[in-house]
Amino acid sequence: MKNLRYLLIGTYFGLVLTKSEVVTWHKIRAMFYFREPDLYLIIGSAVVVGALCVLWIRRAKPRTPFGETVAIEPAPMHRGLFFGGFLFGLGWFITGTCPGPIYAQLGGGEFFAVFTLFGALIGAYAYAWLQPRLPD
Amino acid sequence: MQFLLNPWPWWVSGPLIGLTVGLLLVLGGHNLGVSSSFRNLCAIVLPKSRLPYLARYDLKANGWKLIFVAGIVLGSLIAVRFLSADPVEFLPAHYHSASGALKLIGGGFLVGFGTRWARGCTSGHAIMGLSNLQLSSLYATLSFFAGGLAAAGIALLLQGAAS
Repeated sequence: MKNLRYLLIGTYFGLVLTKSEVVTWHKIRAMFYFREPDLYLIIGSAVVVGALCVLWIRRAKPRTPFGETVAIEPAPMHRGLFFGGFLFGLGWFITGTCPGPIYAQLGGGEFFAVFTLFGALIGAYAYAWLQPRLPD
Repeated sequence: MQFLLNPWPWWVSGPLIGLTVGLLLVLGGHNLGVSSSFRNLCAIVLPKSRLPYLARYDLKANGWKLIFVAGIVLGSLIAVRFLSADPVEFLPAHYHSASGALKLIGGGFLVGFGTRWARGCTSGHAIMGLSNLQLSSLYATLSFFAGGLAAAGIALLLQGAAS
């Protein structure tokens, strides 16, 4: 039961991602070529609603249905934000897919997303291997 | 009913995506993020790895992430099977080839490597981090777009050179 909630929230997220079409290659290309504003508006409005959620949680300090405290984690500053972020951006353009949509594509029956996921896992492993030698 | 079966407009889907931040925090007690699931998967596939990044990863505490991404798979399946009038074209036809597969593996490598180095992706930094007004997440998001726009520029130049 405790874990079922993550399946349900993930299901909600996957459903909305696919219905918004942010999981499609052509939407990502349209964003990077400035052909349509949709993706910018989707991210922008998502952040507005997300920020309202965070604001309310900070004020109301709710607990989860299982009594756990709700901790909003800070994102520390480090150099990888820039280096890694840039590399991810390149991959985002090439594959037309970011991590959430990889899973959404798999669920939607896009078999070739297996290759994207495979590449991503090799990439994550390469990071694990190189991490001690990379700037943090 | 018909409007449900069409692609949802940005003013519906954007706020609903943002709501995931609140749902996951209030119901699950966790911060939205997807790319860390790659770390889970690597640690599971290579349980004997001595690389600190994998060996020191607490799979139990982070287990919810895999359940969450399994949900994404299921949710998208439901969207395509029961909530779409037309088939969703995830990747264009020309990606369904050997060269397309190579592009996806190479691009996927950058996605996996880059998001782990940046410690977050579009979900964790652009949505969760920006919702939490984190300056670091703003830098990350700008870096994502710098990379994507640089690739777009290179692609346009190559097309121009080819034509």
